[in-house]
Amino acid sequence: MDTRRANRIIAGIFTAVAIGMVGMSFAAIPLYRVFCQATGYGGTPKIGAAAAPGGNGRTIRVRFNADTYPGLPWTFAPDQVEIAVPLGEDHLASYTAHNKARSAVTGVALYNITPEKAAKYFHKTACFCFNKQTLEPGQTMDFPLSFWVDPAIGTDPDTSDVQTVTLSYTFFRTLEDAEKAGTLAKAGPHVGPPTKQN
Amino acid sequence: MAELTHGDDHDHAGYGHAAHGHGAHDHKPGFVQRWLFSTNHKDIGTLYLGFAVIGGTVGGILSEIIRAQLQFPNNHVVTSGQEWNTIITSHGLLMIFFSVMPALIGGFGNWFIPLMIGAPDMAFPRLNNISFWLLPPAFVLICIGLFMGESGSGWTLYPPLSNATFEPGMGMDCTLFALHLAGASSILGAMNFITTIFNMRAPGMTMHKMPLFVWSELVTAFLLVLSIPVLAGAITMLICDRNFGTAFFDPAGGGDPVLFQHLFWFFGHPEVYIMILPGFGIISHVISTFSKKPIFGYLGMVYAMVAIGVVGFVVWAHHMYISGIDVDTRAYFMGATLVIAIPTGVKIFSWIATMWGGSIRFDTPMLWAIGFLFVFTIGGVTGVVCANAGIDEMIHNTYYVVAHFHYVLSVSAVFSIFCGFYYWIGKMSGRQYPEFWGRVHFWMTFVGVNLTFFPQHFLGLAGMPRRYPDYPDAFAGWNYVSSIGAYISGAAFLVFLYVCFRTFTSKEHVADNYWGEGATTLEWTQTSPPAFHSWLELPRIK
Repeated sequence: MDTRRANRIIAGIFTAVAIGMVGMSFAAIPLYRVFCQATGYGGTPKIGAAAAPGGNGRTIRVRFNADTYPGLPWTFAPDQVEIAVPLGEDHLASYTAHNKARSAVTGVALYNITPEKAAKYFHKTACFCFNKQTLEPGQTMDFPLSFWVDPAIGTDPDTSDVQTVTLSYTFFRTLEDAEKAGTLAKAGPHVGPPTKQN
Repeated sequence: MAELTHGDDHDHAGYGHAAHGHGAHDHKPGFVQRWLFSTNHKDIGTLYLGFAVIGGTVGGILSEIIRAQLQFPNNHVVTSGQEWNTIITSHGLLMIFFSVMPALIGGFGNWFIPLMIGAPDMAFPRLNNISFWLLPPAFVLICIGLFMGESGSGWTLYPPLSNATFEPGMGMDCTLFALHLAGASSILGAMNFITTIFNMRAPGMTMHKMPLFVWSELVTAFLLVLSIPVLAGAITMLICDRNFGTAFFDPAGGGDPVLFQHLFWFFGHPEVYIMILPGFGIISHVISTFSKKPIFGYLGMVYAMVAIGVVGFVVWAHHMYISGIDVDTRAYFMGATLVIAIPTGVKIFSWIATMWGGSIRFDTPMLWAIGFLFVFTIGGVTGVVCANAGIDEMIHNTYYVVAHFHYVLSVSAVFSIFCGFYYWIGKMSGRQYPEFWGRVHFWMTFVGVNLTFFPQHFLGLAGMPRRYPDYPDAFAGWNYVSSIGAYISGAAFLVFLYVCFRTFTSKEHVADNYWGEGATTLEWTQTSPPAFHSWLELPRIK
């Protein structure tokens, strides 16, 4: 095989490698999502209709946290700060949101569990966060969620020390809604001349 | 390590004896043809080296502005925070992509890989030309971002700071596009290097007889091909987020800003080895030459570099200890990072063992090489400190980290560049550099950089955060010292320019192998400077 041909083969291989790496960087997005859903990594709870297995008489404390992105004209808060939840039994909790704006606003909530290692035992069966939510002007709405905590959390040596699980939501205005309303985030004059002090 | 039996092209009168008075036969193309459309590896190497000096000068001027601003508390050299952010961003990007990489990879790599493996040129000479000519437009784009004052994201380009909300200007897009061009240049160059090294070695030069500099460039090229495309992917997503309404890194649209950090550092950590590995190669040659001994533990040195390259790909999240990754992940990345100290230690001790019992000469290149060992060891030790997740929670984004990475990158990589410059400038230009001024350059730089960066450890441990244009009065003393050091380093760079001037105007021509018996690699069998077309007849290696 002459050198020219051999050169082209090697160049071809490494061109493919380079293109493959670009592809991998984009593939990282769905792969990371799947990985988190499968392992509970990064505080990702289990989602779905799997039925609660039934209790073993023990309880765990669940705390509720709520944050609202500044671009979303809502108040958003949990109806209960903390509850004791029997392990392995379905449980209900709720949040309340109120739209302060004079127009309908659509938001979407992101969520996670801390400590992150407990997330794989936290099952959400129904949640307002699975869908976008639209509130009419001045509307107040109850957002329920249904969840259960796997009793295995108490027997897994990695998580047996967990006494309290915090469920956290951050409500964002959806990008489409923000664009429609002309309220896409603008930083404004976030930097200026330093204040002179003499 | 390679020994020649016959076939170097001294005997082939008619080529390349310009310095010896046979210039008429060594026909070089005209100026435009030679420098703009160049396909000659030596000319392209020269272009890269010149480009690196320009990039380093602009980046260096920015660092002097940075230190002038930080010389006193409440200083107003820089008029606004945004201007400051833009300056530090451009300083980092210019030094990495437009100074260190062009010098170590494009410059010395192009010049010496073919000479050392006995190849007539690179595998793809025209691709080589494109690799170089992608850089000047990239450089212009970076400067647009700088002068428009709109690229204040830091060199790490983290969103949300780099997104359309916080950096709405076009300058940021210019900077991102500049990285696309510089990245494409590096990928093409790396494929060229790999192909050349795999396919075009002279008969008898097996992989395990290859000089260490060539090995270092080979490992570097692999790192480039595997890591730069990930940066390209990340900045493509960022450009889409900024301009086309996607939400890769925006949680409001279901994205994740931490994803950017993962992608960036998957590129960014191999990148730091990309900047230092070719330096390892140069230092090996210089220490061997000036100790008149073959390098200690050749195979260990080779596989230490390979190991650093491989492990370098699985440690990226040690840059993200406080980005909300969980404790088990931190434990893994901490362990993996600490492992890198082992092959690095193998290299340091092998260099010392090479000097041990050697017949050492302290010419200028050797001063730089020993200076490299000193500063790289300091940078390596603080690297081990930073690698510990528990400690890093305290010192993350403080001046301790700034001191650490400037010791390994700014100082060590630049020492290796100057080391290579003094070692090979006679070979490349055929002229003798002024030994006295070379030493002055070394000692001024050595004092200057240590004065600049060592006090930054103290500042960092005391809690001074990086990336701010001001600080409380408590940090005033060491900042003043650091700025004085920067001025000394800046003056040393002027000495370097004087050395260049003296060298290129020198009437003193050097011999083929002016370092004598310690210099054993193939480039020393060529004339100084080598013929325009070298290795027309391939050497045979025993």
